[in-house]
Amino acid sequence: MSDIPGDLKFLKSHEWARLEDDGLVRVGISDHAQEQLGDLVYVELPEVGAHVTPDSGCAVVESVKAASDVYAPVSGEVVEVNEALDDAPESINDDAYGEGWIFVIRPDDKSDLDALLDPDVYAELIEGDDA
Amino acid sequence: MTSKTVLNDAHRALGARMVDFGGWDMPINYGSQIEEHHAVRNQAGMFDVSHMTVVDLQGDQVRAFLRRLLANNVDKLAEHGKAFYTCMLNDHGGVIDDLIVYYLGETFFRIVVNAATREKDMQWITRQAAAFDVEVSERPDFAMIAVQGPVARERVIHVLADIDRERIAAMGKFHAAAAQGLHGVPLFIARTGYTGEDGFEVMVPEDHAEEFWQALLDEGVRPAGLGARDTLRLEAGLNLYGQDMDEDVTPWEASLGWTVSMDEGRQFIGRGALEAQKQQGVQRRMVGLVLDDKGVLRHGQTVLTEAGKGEILSGSFSPTLGKAIAFARVPAGDIGSTRVVIREREFPVRVVKYPFVRDGKPREGI
Repeated sequence: MSDIPGDLKFLKSHEWARLEDDGLVRVGISDHAQEQLGDLVYVELPEVGAHVTPDSGCAVVESVKAASDVYAPVSGEVVEVNEALDDAPESINDDAYGEGWIFVIRPDDKSDLDALLDPDVYAELIEGDDA
Repeated sequence: MTSKTVLNDAHRALGARMVDFGGWDMPINYGSQIEEHHAVRNQAGMFDVSHMTVVDLQGDQVRAFLRRLLANNVDKLAEHGKAFYTCMLNDHGGVIDDLIVYYLGETFFRIVVNAATREKDMQWITRQAAAFDVEVSERPDFAMIAVQGPVARERVIHVLADIDRERIAAMGKFHAAAAQGLHGVPLFIARTGYTGEDGFEVMVPEDHAEEFWQALLDEGVRPAGLGARDTLRLEAGLNLYGQDMDEDVTPWEASLGWTVSMDEGRQFIGRGALEAQKQQGVQRRMVGLVLDDKGVLRHGQTVLTEAGKGEILSGSFSPTLGKAIAFARVPAGDIGSTRVVIREREFPVRVVKYPFVRDGKPREGI
């Protein structure tokens, strides 16, 4: 089990969110999620400028094995996407919480983050997933 | 109830990610399925295929029985150890299963059928065998390890008894023979596989499977899971039962015509239906597709052609090509330009001849 950085919040659907100093929220999928998916080969990124909500998928990560929707942890506007993933989707496998980030949102309401799962709660949730 | 092969602990010790595959707890990968794929294309990898069903057929009329049961003519197998790939069909010409048949003697043939179809296969074979007084016996006492890749054969030969090395090294493709492993372990070695690479499929008594697996590990053979097995066989243009064909699909519609022998006077099961379909014109055919855009072709996606709709059968990302490839079933005739629908968007796809990959390299034009 890899260590989960303490400054992250999680969705049950395995996305992570990090509130950065500039008030923007960086989003990716958890290390556990990338392990489950296996080798990633393609990431469909959202459009910069799009308004996204947690209700529908706004990106797609595809491994050799399966395609999986990525949800925005909070509502907001997409201000940046990780274009490096176009050529190196495997960054998500190698460094899910760092180089493997997927997009950045300007949240409509920062306090929406409070409703997300803390790392220890998420860790508990995924425990035994492999059994 | 999930079944386990005798190598289950060995997989777990290697950190395998396990999945349920047709009721069997099997390794899908040991970390990276893409690396495992490349290991098989460039060096040697090994797969636990002990879940597959080995069946021995014995009796004075076994050849007559197989002439009736199989779409290919078993009379092509006259040399000890010779094998071929074919299908057994139902009365409508649909594929009950695909299999490999080995000739081990005039009263003794061995077949290997799929794991997921084991029960219906056994019922069908047993029912058909009754009229020929053929004894049908499963061989669950065998584990089976497929060792595949350009250096796979030398790796296996190195773990055989000295006395057998030369003979097994000289064995031709689609041949099999008994041989001894180290310490005299009795093995059945076939120069067959499901990856498009050279290599062996080795049946080993269950009690000795773990030590044989370990010996191959020590030789530097990389363990590979079902994930790599799937992308390797797709690149190699090999069908997967249940995805590329089933009981509602005839060999004509699944690019398996080459496994059917319409030799004169042999009344194999399904022949009448195959002849009728050929006469009326086969309405569907299987083609290879390549997606040059980013994205992944997957089972069930709709293919749009100028002759009507088709669908993706097996589809995946090809590690050798670095793009998605697939088999699709499309209308017969000229289909013109083709597109695939992925998440409600249409992408152009190229129709190509497969195998997509041969001798470890992309085919020209693919």
